[in-house]
Amino acid sequence: MSVVQDRMAEATTSVVPPIRISAPRVWMRRGGLTAVLFALPALIVFGYFSWGPIVRGLIMSWQKVNFAADPSWVGWSNFAYVLSDPLLPQAVGNTLLFVALGLVIGFPVPLFLAVFMAELRKSKRLFNLLAYLPVVIPPVVAILLWKTFYDPGGTGLFNQILGFFGLGPLGWLNSTVLALPSMVIEATWAGAGATVIIYIAALTGVRSELYEVADLDGASIWSKIWNVTLPQIRGVIIIMVLLQIIGTMQVFAEPFLFTGGGPSNSTMTILLMIYNYAFVSQDFGAASALSTLLALALGVLSVAYFAATKRWSTE
Amino acid sequence: MSIATRVRAGIRNLRDREIEAEERSIISPADRKQPGVRITLFVVQALILVGLLIAGLGPLLWLAKSAISTTQDIITDPLGIFPSGIVQWQNLVTAWEQSAIGKYMFNTAVIAAGQAVVTLFVCTTCAYCLSVLKPRWAPALSAGILATLFVPSIIALVPLYLTILDLPVVGGSLIDNYFALWLPGAANAFMILVTKRFFDSLPRDVFEAARIDGAGAWRIFVVIVLPLSRPILGVVGLITIMASWKDFLWPLLVITNRELQPISVALFLNLKNTELGVQMAALFIALIVPVVLFVLFQKQFLRGVSASAGVKG
Repeated sequence: MSVVQDRMAEATTSVVPPIRISAPRVWMRRGGLTAVLFALPALIVFGYFSWGPIVRGLIMSWQKVNFAADPSWVGWSNFAYVLSDPLLPQAVGNTLLFVALGLVIGFPVPLFLAVFMAELRKSKRLFNLLAYLPVVIPPVVAILLWKTFYDPGGTGLFNQILGFFGLGPLGWLNSTVLALPSMVIEATWAGAGATVIIYIAALTGVRSELYEVADLDGASIWSKIWNVTLPQIRGVIIIMVLLQIIGTMQVFAEPFLFTGGGPSNSTMTILLMIYNYAFVSQDFGAASALSTLLALALGVLSVAYFAATKRWSTE
Repeated sequence: MSIATRVRAGIRNLRDREIEAEERSIISPADRKQPGVRITLFVVQALILVGLLIAGLGPLLWLAKSAISTTQDIITDPLGIFPSGIVQWQNLVTAWEQSAIGKYMFNTAVIAAGQAVVTLFVCTTCAYCLSVLKPRWAPALSAGILATLFVPSIIALVPLYLTILDLPVVGGSLIDNYFALWLPGAANAFMILVTKRFFDSLPRDVFEAARIDGAGAWRIFVVIVLPLSRPILGVVGLITIMASWKDFLWPLLVITNRELQPISVALFLNLKNTELGVQMAALFIALIVPVVLFVLFQKQFLRGVSASAGVKG
């Protein structure tokens, strides 16, 4: 104990060499107790409600957990059970399809909007307001509203619009082929606004000298976009794409509220399976095992995200 | 507080300079003088405006119309404007009374306000510790908090539910207690990061002067740091309130008492068997508060979202 205290005293007094004070007083002067008190709320909240559950989730993957008995160790059987679930390949496939479609629709639209909205000289506020409006709508409200839009009957809103062009009617959420893309469209509508605003913020950060130089070289507008704008914000672009992938891999509200995973499991996602394991069949071990597997996959993406953030913020 | 006002003026100056710097962009003043560019730009921007009006405002206007339409009208002619000629204001009354929307809105407001208070408390105290007090273990604490940004939240969902159900160590349960929403919700590394960055930008000599005048850590926090940080506290509070208003899955799991549920959960559980016109009225009422909040505090919101780009970028 005293060794530690001595070392602490040494470390602190080395900053102000001439005065030697006893270790506890140094600790106090460095704000020891006060600092602990200020950190306490965060320590409790993060320790108890963040790290605690994360560690417990990992442990539970190798346990049998139910309300009847104390948890018991069961080795890899939770993983074996989850991996042999005939629903899993379909859920993984659907989730990946959701991610892919989300990128196909959700990547170019916000970028295009942001590049043009950043060039506005007037009514910037109005454009921003309109673009961000869908983001503030609570997901439950948005999804129940879109469910009405997707009415599969000939008089459903979207089918009526298609009817103007002599198309449809389509089954939308009732169709095993269209249900998932329908959700992706709604999800893109609900999320694109936030991405637009972030891209615009990144665009205003591009140094104006770069454009001045490009203008002196007589660069066209398109070449300025390709050679100056996009390379300059590619850090933010990579991060937004990674965040979107991480988000859509955990898609839950859309399939849960639109279809509950149907028709015939065509919108069953990994998160929906976890929910069903845990809160329908009360199999918390299996739910944890699948969560751990998904987290592992996401962890790889998170590391990529971390590397990207690091790289671009140190630049 | 003359120092505080001077600091604030300084920050405002910096911000003005930033705005000036953004003037030059992809399309140069020379480009803008060319008629071809001007016309194309105008057309593209007009198309974007139309698109944004349809996508951003369209669904809201449609919902507003449907909230006072008959179910028959909504089903047979969703694009028509009161085709039967009947404007059914009654829907709003029925939704308010029958579905008890008012009660659920009140619950949601209590949950959101409480979440803002708890989050701000955790954020500011922690950020003050990390940014101003800087104890020797600050890097460890900071790493422990930031690391949660990179651990996918899904892994904690089930164990967190079990934690709320039967609290380890202290015992008891938080089911049907709003602290089951507030405490896990306050463990938000992103908000702490944003607050800490703002605290980092506050001038150190003000703290030093206060310390020489005999102010302690707590006094500096309350009298100097918090008042100077009002802009960022507003942003954190607003984003927290909005996120809490939108939350669905977690309150569905931990608030099972129908009398205490927020509106998202209530809409999901109660609306299935209601007629469509009343459903739409209920959705419309549920939408008003977040939309009005956003329109009123647009600037703060968008600044908050942009700030996240700063953190992410």
